[in-house]
Amino acid sequence: MSPTKCQDQVVLDLWHPLAALEEVPARTVQDTVLLEERISYVSDGEGKAAVWRSRPDLPAGSPVDIDTLGGCLPIKLAYGYIWTSLGTPPAELFPIPEYAEADRRKLNAATVGVNVSAPRAIENFLDMGHFPYVHTDILGAEPHTEVKEYDVELSVERDEIVATRCRFFQPMASTASTGGADVEYIYRVPHPYCSVLYKSSPVDESRLDVIAVFLQPVDQEHVRAHMMLCVLDEENEDKVIKRFQQTIFGQDKPILENQFPKRLPLDPRAETPIRADKSAIAYRRWLSQKGVTYGVIPAAT
Amino acid sequence: MITLYDYELSGNCYKLRLLMSMLGIEYKTVPIDFYPGREHKSDWFLKLNPLGQLPVIEDDGLVLRDAQAILVYIASKYDPSGTWYPRSDPALLGEISQWLAFADGITGTASAARLHDGLFYELDVEAARAGAHRLFRILDEHLWFGEQEGRDWICSAPHATVADIACFPYIMLSEEGGIPRQDYPAIRRWCDRLKRIKGFTVMSGIFPAGPARAA
Ligand SMILES: N[C@@H](CCC(=O)N[C@@H](CS)C(=O)NCC(=O)O)C(=O)O
Ligand SMILES: [Fe+2]
Repeated sequence: MSPTKCQDQVVLDLWHPLAALEEVPARTVQDTVLLEERISYVSDGEGKAAVWRSRPDLPAGSPVDIDTLGGCLPIKLAYGYIWTSLGTPPAELFPIPEYAEADRRKLNAATVGVNVSAPRAIENFLDMGHFPYVHTDILGAEPHTEVKEYDVELSVERDEIVATRCRFFQPMASTASTGGADVEYIYRVPHPYCSVLYKSSPVDESRLDVIAVFLQPVDQEHVRAHMMLCVLDEENEDKVIKRFQQTIFGQDKPILENQFPKRLPLDPRAETPIRADKSAIAYRRWLSQKGVTYGVIPAAT
Repeated sequence: MITLYDYELSGNCYKLRLLMSMLGIEYKTVPIDFYPGREHKSDWFLKLNPLGQLPVIEDDGLVLRDAQAILVYIASKYDPSGTWYPRSDPALLGEISQWLAFADGITGTASAARLHDGLFYELDVEAARAGAHRLFRILDEHLWFGEQEGRDWICSAPHATVADIACFPYIMLSEEGGIPRQDYPAIRRWCDRLKRIKGFTVMSGIFPAGPARAA
């Protein structure tokens, strides 16, 4: 096997998302890029899929029968997506127990190409401070601009960052909202390039909507962002729910693409503490501890 | 009432939302799952527009496609001031048509590059970017000379016209297709003027004028 272009073993050993299973045309080779490598995949349309390093005899668009394929990469089907790994991945992907709840709407809001490193995108996802300015009149509005005190911890047994007690006033928290509300958030970062957020459901105050961003690192400064929704909403059509999330993501996109430097600096002195707030500091520290070097500017040692 | 078949991230749909907002007219939208659903290529939508493209409007039984055509229709019918599409000035109408066609060229280049980078359309992105730069250069010079003559807008009128609306969105969104605008200062000033027109509204990826825009 040829050496991988990415030399970061931590990242090579992760599971990475490639595509929303439901959107993959059946029995036809599809191409994508993961960690600078050309990758092909196919779905049989009936819940089975395969992933391999692209090869000349199976170009994109050609018909293929999964059962006759050899030399495939590890594969996992989870949360509506095809995942693979270029290294030795763990047996399990991080859990999202809510995904199993039958009354939830589970959708890929979209898969979007963004010119940014995966860690920068995660950090933006964790930051509530931008809501009133970037998602004006949807996820925030002046004068409600203050990010109130919240808690961040590194859950050792789960090896993930968890931020709790986040609260924010939101004019239009979701498609099911009927007006402004104080919304409670929980953020999890269970994977260096994936984050899951939980926010108060406007339809059931005892439950939380789940929104996740799964980033496929194309290279160190480009991602495919897969946006998973797992929400309570019996009113709206799929496309209305997707539109809401795409509107929000479309607002983030120019902000993400204008980050400089594109890779996330892990040196604690690299950026001012205002931008790198509490959860961002924890995330950067966690990446440093894990030894992640791909998509970041490692701290000087 | 006008019904707009709409996709939020479409700059062409935004042209119409923008004009209707500036004119203060109410309208209904029918959201189309352009991506990832490709609903604009579905059988029912192709009956509305055989080209399989957004935007389309329906108004009083009239079905109309093409953002530029719809801008002309809406301005002609719903702008009491008659400034957005001044029907009695032949020279100005000629100019407007010229720049409406130019706007479609911006869609074919700058918007194509954005679809390539963001939504994975397969096309020659380098050619699309080069084509956009060529058009931006032409428009920037045109606007720069206009400024020397005291003209703020694309066409020879003391006010904006539908030509300005038509050119605006995909210029503003060009960076999403890897097309920076730092070499087009007159375009940047013109964009800022347009953002200050009463009734201006944003779409995802376009921010309001002024200090709200973070560096
Ligand atoms: N901005 C994120 C993903 C987009 C996204 O969905 N972000 C947050 C806001 S930044 C969000 O939508 N939250 C949904 C909500 O709060 O309702 C990213 O960089 O990947
Ligand atoms: Fe955001």
